[in-house]
Amino acid sequence: MNWGSWQNFVAMGGYGFYVWGAYVVTLIALVAEIVGLIMRRRGVIERLAKYYAARRRNNESEA
Amino acid sequence: MAMSKSRRFSLYYFSSPQSFYPLAGALQPWFAALAVLLCAVGLYIGFFVAPTDATQGEVYRIIFIHVAASWMSMFLYLVMGFWSGVGLVLNTRLSSMVATALAPTGALFTFLALWTGSFWGKPTWGTWWAWDARMTSELILLFLYIGFMALQSAIDDQRRADKAGAVLALVGTINIPIIYFSVKWWSTLHQGASVSLTSAPTMAKTMLLGMLIMALGFWMYSIAATLARVRCVILERERHTDWVEAEIGRQTT
Repeated sequence: MNWGSWQNFVAMGGYGFYVWGAYVVTLIALVAEIVGLIMRRRGVIERLAKYYAARRRNNESEA
Repeated sequence: MAMSKSRRFSLYYFSSPQSFYPLAGALQPWFAALAVLLCAVGLYIGFFVAPTDATQGEVYRIIFIHVAASWMSMFLYLVMGFWSGVGLVLNTRLSSMVATALAPTGALFTFLALWTGSFWGKPTWGTWWAWDARMTSELILLFLYIGFMALQSAIDDQRRADKAGAVLALVGTINIPIIYFSVKWWSTLHQGASVSLTSAPTMAKTMLLGMLIMALGFWMYSIAATLARVRCVILERERHTDWVEAEIGRQTT
């Protein structure tokens, strides 16, 4: 498929809004999930690190 | 917690969260790389190799993500139902964790199947939405995923949460054949399958190829996302074990 020009590619034969409306939202959704997963991992590690630190402090103060 | 020191290599070895965690971490980047590669090839074929559709023009190019997302939405639910069932019967914690990790990605693809379908339906059928059997059952699938996640997070006792979620997931699998065969069983606005297991596909070869490669790409993406998520779930749920404490220590220093 040869589009000829960038404008033709974006226009998608007059259906640009529908084609790109579908593709852009798909891209946003997948990127959002990836970013969410990275943030979740960071959050879990941070939270658990605090949790273990607090537990160690408790154990020391009891001993 | 007493951990068996004599770990024989077997299928059961990786059913323990402690052994699966590093395996998932090692495999995840490979699936992510495969996903990027396959989606790049699939999109190239979809936009630069596949011809313009004779009847629909360029708008049909939504097919490359619409069909891939729809297949994944149904397939991931079956996988979630399978691991839920395994968790329910064998009481293996990892199975339930995998089911938990699958749900958000499944819900995402269900949403995308509906969204891309809507953006395809408007120019071809003249409507964003119709309450036909295919679309309604796919919407129910979205509610099943959301219900599964809501139910699991609403119950504090983890074992009860897993059990309740598993029952919902298993009962919900009845919806999958309904979605799949809806276009045959009822008269729907949605067209019948262009690709089926029993007959030759009714579309150009390059269109079909692009669609299949995109589906593979989304499949690999789903595996990568699920592995990344199950690692978070394992850390959260196994936080009382020594190995998670050691792992967090390694990650923070």
